[in-house]
Amino acid sequence: MSEIKKEWPLWEVFIRSKQGLSHKHVGSLRAADAKMAIENARDVYTRRSEGISIWVVESVNVHASNPTEQGPMFEPSDDKVYRHPTFYEVPEGVGHM
Amino acid sequence: MFNFVAMQVENDVKQMEEQFQAKIDADIRIEPRDWMPEKYRKTLIRQMSQHAHSEVVGMLPEANWITRAPSLRRKVALLAKVQDEAGHGLYLYSACETLGADREETIDDLHSGKAKYSSIFNYPTITWADIGAIGWLVDGAAIVNQVALQKTSYGPYARAMVKICKEESFHQRQGYEIITVLANGTPAQKAMAQDALNRWWWPSLMMFGPTDADSPNTQQSMAWRIKRHTNDELRQMFIDATVKQAEVAGLTIPDKDLKWNEERGHYDFGEIDWEEFYNVIKGNGPCNKQRIEARRKAKEEGMWVREAAMAYAEKQKSKVKAA
Amino acid sequence: MNKELYEYVLRMGDDSLILGQRLGEWCGHGPILEEDIALTNVALDILGQARILMDYAGKLTNKKEDEVAFLREEWDYKNVLLVEQPNGDFAKTILRQFFFDAFRLPFFKELQNSKDETLSGLALKAVKETTYHLQHSSNWVIRLGDGTDESHQRLKTALEELWMFTGELFYADEVDTKLVNEGIAVDLNKIKPIWDAKVSEVFAQAKLQIPEESWMQKGGRKGKHTEHLGFLLSEMQYMQRAYPGCEW
Ligand SMILES: [Fe+2]
Ligand SMILES: [Fe+2]
Ligand SMILES: [Fe+2]
Repeated sequence: MSEIKKEWPLWEVFIRSKQGLSHKHVGSLRAADAKMAIENARDVYTRRSEGISIWVVESVNVHASNPTEQGPMFEPSDDKVYRHPTFYEVPEGVGHM
Repeated sequence: MFNFVAMQVENDVKQMEEQFQAKIDADIRIEPRDWMPEKYRKTLIRQMSQHAHSEVVGMLPEANWITRAPSLRRKVALLAKVQDEAGHGLYLYSACETLGADREETIDDLHSGKAKYSSIFNYPTITWADIGAIGWLVDGAAIVNQVALQKTSYGPYARAMVKICKEESFHQRQGYEIITVLANGTPAQKAMAQDALNRWWWPSLMMFGPTDADSPNTQQSMAWRIKRHTNDELRQMFIDATVKQAEVAGLTIPDKDLKWNEERGHYDFGEIDWEEFYNVIKGNGPCNKQRIEARRKAKEEGMWVREAAMAYAEKQKSKVKAA
Repeated sequence: MNKELYEYVLRMGDDSLILGQRLGEWCGHGPILEEDIALTNVALDILGQARILMDYAGKLTNKKEDEVAFLREEWDYKNVLLVEQPNGDFAKTILRQFFFDAFRLPFFKELQNSKDETLSGLALKAVKETTYHLQHSSNWVIRLGDGTDESHQRLKTALEELWMFTGELFYADEVDTKLVNEGIAVDLNKIKPIWDAKVSEVFAQAKLQIPEESWMQKGGRKGKHTEHLGFLLSEMQYMQRAYPGCEW
């Protein structure tokens, strides 16, 4: 038999707290496989009905941006105000849009 | 030439340290992949893992009464509470993993005696009232500390604390409820409650750690906002909040020097037996060996289970690949 | 009072109570934190069911939930022998749980149609809980059965110990006959084939063989227990016995 890895891999857990919201990262846990990771996430992170949907991703598969490149990565969009609704004026009578 | 490079590196580090401290001073959270001083990282791992160990070892004295809880309502509440503590341990180990501290290694440090955990869990739970006293005093003391830590500078730690504090809110209440029901019960029940308070009061005060004069790392931890109040400040907050609760329950706090100090606006209290504290930390508490033994046994006896799950997972993976 | 109904509620309630008590012993000692938490979730669901049933049995006899749960003699507990068996290692606990869950899920599904509203209400909630329990215990039986040599061997040993206690899950007598006719109880003859099919399905994946030995123990439903129950009860009843008549 091939050698067994000692420790269960680490998984990142994302939970949708209610319909209409996106999944949010809540923490991590250890599990042998994806099925178990989802079960464990349900038992560990939704003991008080915190969620209706769970995503798990093995932590080694999460690729992150480098924080020292925060400038080039995110600042260019800071001045694209036209992407934000408050950039546009709407006559008072129309109410909320 | 060599010296010049070394100096350059030193300057860079100094500059990064200054930027780092400026972020902390501006209350900007540090996230896992951000640059941080090595000592900050080490101190954090130590503090978070100690905290995680305390949650998990802390399950044992209370779990001791699950099978003997006096009513079904108490049994399920206690079970849910101890389970929460397992969850807290897990959240904190998970926070440690964000800094690359592998859980298994972290736990091995606990089992080998290298890592510490809260000294309070080395005291025995000998009556049902101890379950009340732990919820009321020990969780009460923990909450004082944890509420402050919700604003700690390290993001994953702060977020874990927010979750933990939300869950803790029922722990102290269920403990205090147990105590007040006993205090208002038969003479035997009341005696049981008072006895538990007598035994748990002083160890609870020790939970906040040595006096400020004797905790040399406090200064740096405060500057890094890993700690948001000193040990003595937190201890005083806890005492001030608890005295009234004991009064309402009709129980006497076992400290003849305890009295309100108008000038300070706080309660004065008696001398803590620090010799006992240091001995319990060193391993000489009544239950140190028993607690670590129980955790080690759980890990050892669980090994074949973890291996089996891993072997099964790998077989499934290779089946998928082969197909 | 409907004597048969009381008996029926006790049988169901004691199954939950005693198994919940056993699972509670694991808390703080599980093979890994995640599983410690998972097992406790199962225990909490099952004890929740026990509370509803103890409360109901109490209403039928003018007693309080805790009087029913804690203050009976050993021969008045009506759980199946399976649930009082000691936890043993994780393989034994999980296999015991699997046998029980595989019984309880179809049982509760049927009980949802009971004419007794307390029971059908309980069943409605319990079906959801038990669906998850069965999934959890099945997955583990498969993992252990098809994991390592050691886990397979341990599971086999557990099977040898527990198999003879599975027959009693389908024990039925005049209590059942009367209540089935009244539309209150579940006809266990309907449950047995579903249980058999589930066990075969999971055992196939776990590479386990159903034992040939067919001699089955019984007695629990009539209050005749194994030696294990006495110790379980002396722990569980300790406070109520030592301090009679107190509030907690
Ligand atoms: Fe705690
Ligand atoms: Fe906690
Ligand atoms: Fe707590």
